[in-house]
Amino acid sequence: MDFFLEVLIGGLLAGVMYSMVAIGFVLIFKASGVFNFAQGSMVLFAALTFVSLLERGFAFWSAFAATLASMLVLAWAIERGVLRHLVNRPPITLFMATLGVSFIIEGLAQLLWGAQVHGLELGIKDEPLEFGGVLLSSFDLFAAGTAAALVLALSLLFSRTRIGLSLRAVADDPLAALSVGIRLQRIWGVVWAVAGFVSLVAGLLWGARLGVQFSLSLVVLKALPVLIIGGFSSIGGAIVGGLIVGASEKLAEVYVGPLIGDGLENWFPYVLALLFLLVRPAGLFGERAIERV
Amino acid sequence: MTNSPILNVEDIHVIYDKVILGARGVSLVVPEGGIVALLGANGTGKTTTLKAISGLIGAERGEVVDGRIHFAGRDVLQSAPSALVEGGLVQVLEGRHCFPHLDVEENLRVGAFAHAPSRSDLQEGIERIYRYFPRLRERRRSLAGYLSGGEQQMVAIGRALIGRPRLVLLDEPSMGLAPQIVTEIFEIVRRLNREEGVSFLLAEQNAAIALRYSDHAYVMESGRVASDGPSADLAARDDIRSFYLGMNMEGRRSFREAKHYHSRRARE
Repeated sequence: MDFFLEVLIGGLLAGVMYSMVAIGFVLIFKASGVFNFAQGSMVLFAALTFVSLLERGFAFWSAFAATLASMLVLAWAIERGVLRHLVNRPPITLFMATLGVSFIIEGLAQLLWGAQVHGLELGIKDEPLEFGGVLLSSFDLFAAGTAAALVLALSLLFSRTRIGLSLRAVADDPLAALSVGIRLQRIWGVVWAVAGFVSLVAGLLWGARLGVQFSLSLVVLKALPVLIIGGFSSIGGAIVGGLIVGASEKLAEVYVGPLIGDGLENWFPYVLALLFLLVRPAGLFGERAIERV
Repeated sequence: MTNSPILNVEDIHVIYDKVILGARGVSLVVPEGGIVALLGANGTGKTTTLKAISGLIGAERGEVVDGRIHFAGRDVLQSAPSALVEGGLVQVLEGRHCFPHLDVEENLRVGAFAHAPSRSDLQEGIERIYRYFPRLRERRRSLAGYLSGGEQQMVAIGRALIGRPRLVLLDEPSMGLAPQIVTEIFEIVRRLNREEGVSFLLAEQNAAIALRYSDHAYVMESGRVASDGPSADLAARDDIRSFYLGMNMEGRRSFREAKHYHSRRARE
């Protein structure tokens, strides 16, 4: 039983890491209907910039600040340089544009910082801690705590501030928002900046976990099942989807893996997502349109 | 009505997607403190004209290619919608367009943000809207998506009025609403006009009610103004009566017959 709990909790905590990437998607998708495939390369860009600054002798917080600034500039440039010109285009056009942007960002990161693998040390020891007979990773706990703080901050932003309320209005009905004088472009700028910040946090945690390398941008692929399960338009859904993916892939690996072979972890979430698509296409928390009858 | 115009539209041409003509040579005037109606059937360019004035046309890949639009004496042809709202010109969209996942009060608050009101001004503005629409106060915490059509129209109008505009463009306020609600909404429009001096330009297919509540009306046909005049005069004209009010010399018969005909057709 203890072992089961250990696997379950370990999986849940790992799932939080997926959620962090998924949240970045949700923010941009909600506010502008763009499925931003470049989210993964933004995560990579953030991690790589941060680690390269550290290696060049920056202190932790000044590297953090400089990386944050560069993420804001990057997000602003994508919104301003690419997506603003594609307003009102069909979703597939926007998606293709972000796909292109993701390659540009990866190339740019490589050009700036080189292609070697970096280790990233955040100063959090990854030791097993024991809680009532269950062993947990202290790094996972730290990541989960960070994600919780991030979600709390975002939900305060959405519910308590004018910019957050405007943002929800834009997500609901962009034309109506425009008609009451909301500056859509300012809102999109803010959303992209926030998504840039989220990808910085995700990049640091993922970078510390996996090492900073180009495969980091592939975490975007693990965020897909999270989004399909949780729903594309709900931050809560991204969290729950991440937990489900994390827990189920670890449990499947440990309990089903021996029966049908290892490596289950890598594909199990996609099967789960496929089932969700068949049964509940909007995801668990996807915003279904309110319809009056 | 001898006041100077708050809105002066001169000979505007609108093109969608660079090819589709939406309006060709529309001119109209809204006097300060007036209620002006824009009548016409579906697809005659009423909405296009309103969106050209409010600048929302740009969001739908439309463009005013010719003509002039003056609001309060200023040329506003190139103004962004947000700048127009700040200047006191706001449009209430056809089909109401409330924010469905925001509650009633949040909808109203969003309407005020363009003017960056202080917290107390904002509260006062919301109270003022509730005085005009007491029903909204009762439903202040309901999500707008779950309101009735009439209540949604009230939210949409209240959301536009909270910034104390000088001119409101109302697109099809009667659409899909029960006749009683329509009258209620037009009564509020009249009150706002008389008590606060708000000018209105309203596009309506329901010509009967629009002519009753407006001072002056323009009739649109295929992208241009076909005729105009004081509303009372238009309401008395035979051609207007038969085309838009569904009446002929013997009274209201023809419209009812047409409706019967249509519903019979639909059932078959």
